[in-house]
Amino acid sequence: MGLIEVGIAGAKAFAVLMLVLHMSAVLLWVERKGSALIQDRIGANRANIFGVMPVNLGLINTLVADPLKLLTKEDVVPAGADKLLHFLAPFLAVFPVMVTFAAIPFGDQLVIGGHTINLQVAGLDIGILYVLAMSSLAVYGVVLGGWASNSRWALLGAIRGSAQMISYEIAMGLALIGAVMTFGTLDMQAIARAQGHHFFGLIPAWGVFYQPLAFLVFLIAGIAETKRVPFDLPEGESELISGYFTEYSGMKQAAFMLSDFAESVVVAGLATTLFFGAWQVPLLFRDGFHLPGGAIVALPHLAVVGLQIASFTVKVFALCVFQILVRWTLPRYRYDQVMDLGWKYLLPLALANMLVTGIVIVLLG
Amino acid sequence: MLDQYIGVVITFALGAVIVLGMVSGSMIFGARSTSRRAVKDEVFECGNPSSGPARGRFSVHFYLVAILFIVFDVEVVFMYPWAIVFRQLGVPGLIEMLTFVAILGFGLAYVWRRGALAWD
Repeated sequence: MGLIEVGIAGAKAFAVLMLVLHMSAVLLWVERKGSALIQDRIGANRANIFGVMPVNLGLINTLVADPLKLLTKEDVVPAGADKLLHFLAPFLAVFPVMVTFAAIPFGDQLVIGGHTINLQVAGLDIGILYVLAMSSLAVYGVVLGGWASNSRWALLGAIRGSAQMISYEIAMGLALIGAVMTFGTLDMQAIARAQGHHFFGLIPAWGVFYQPLAFLVFLIAGIAETKRVPFDLPEGESELISGYFTEYSGMKQAAFMLSDFAESVVVAGLATTLFFGAWQVPLLFRDGFHLPGGAIVALPHLAVVGLQIASFTVKVFALCVFQILVRWTLPRYRYDQVMDLGWKYLLPLALANMLVTGIVIVLLG
Repeated sequence: MLDQYIGVVITFALGAVIVLGMVSGSMIFGARSTSRRAVKDEVFECGNPSSGPARGRFSVHFYLVAILFIVFDVEVVFMYPWAIVFRQLGVPGLIEMLTFVAILGFGLAYVWRRGALAWD
């Protein structure tokens, strides 16, 4: 391990963390504008730099003005709160979600100046286990946030949130087993490469075609894990003010908000990697496009890598936008409905999917 | 072998710095007022004066869900190694897993029948 390798790893880690942070921030703006569009109103439009910009840039508002405003807000810790846990909870809500992306590949190999760089922060051979381990830590942020605040609303939200998150974790884990059986590995880069061939030389062999049911269960459980509408009972503002982060202000509250969006990005990233061919572009191979009929459009190495990274980003963003559409289309579930969906529908469905996958694999040899 | 975890360590360090900076941001740069502190530090209960400790009792059902989670999640963890080597195990491996899932399914059916999954 030379200094250069460590430097490259550091650069990749920084790039991926920035990707998650900025995609979350852009999503916040997309959500504001999108919800305005869906509800037939104008939405975020009050940002202009000294009145000189030709158009009002709502995006600037969300990316720059909002964080600056939150930064200057008073940090209120309610009387009777556990000060250490009150500080630790937003940290534990965001940190595990952000580091989850370390195992998700965002491109194939980049060969530059004699170095072969694997476009994945950490090429773990147990990538999926790492992702599951990290994403299940996020529940501590919710529980501690509610408990430390010494507030009734916060505690109610925390209890609801923890029960909901652990319930859907089982369905999520079981759904992923179907995908793991199909690919026979936990290494996410290997899973991404395994989706590189095509049916009839035309249709990309993405995981969603092998495991449609697993994808459905995973997506529903993933949306439930992000605690957003229609599963937003832990924060349900019409019932619990803002649930487990009622007693937070300033950047700590922003951290909880960010963790919701970062979780959306992580769920989209996982779904992309396992079910939508990760960084694969249809018909694109290492030397260029292989068109049906045998024609080859050659592309330089850097263009191929660029296309792969762009493909991954576009897929993740599209899945995030889909989650936002779901959020602004469906009303909130009742609590018994949420728990029923997790335990009585998704869990048996995921089990059945696993068994059917096993039988099909054995039958096909 | 452990080389692959260098990236994880670096991500942890960078992530911790970024998130710590964010969470403590308002404590450093935020405004601070000393007036009417007692009112400001009250917990929010829609304007009503708060009475008694907030960390009261809550439904035992949540404990039940947590226990069921531990039972079922451990079973899921057992299935991952099997899913990896499944192709090598072939038919005997499938039969073994069918038995395992049958026991798990029986447990789920029992819990279901006893009403542990019902919320009222």
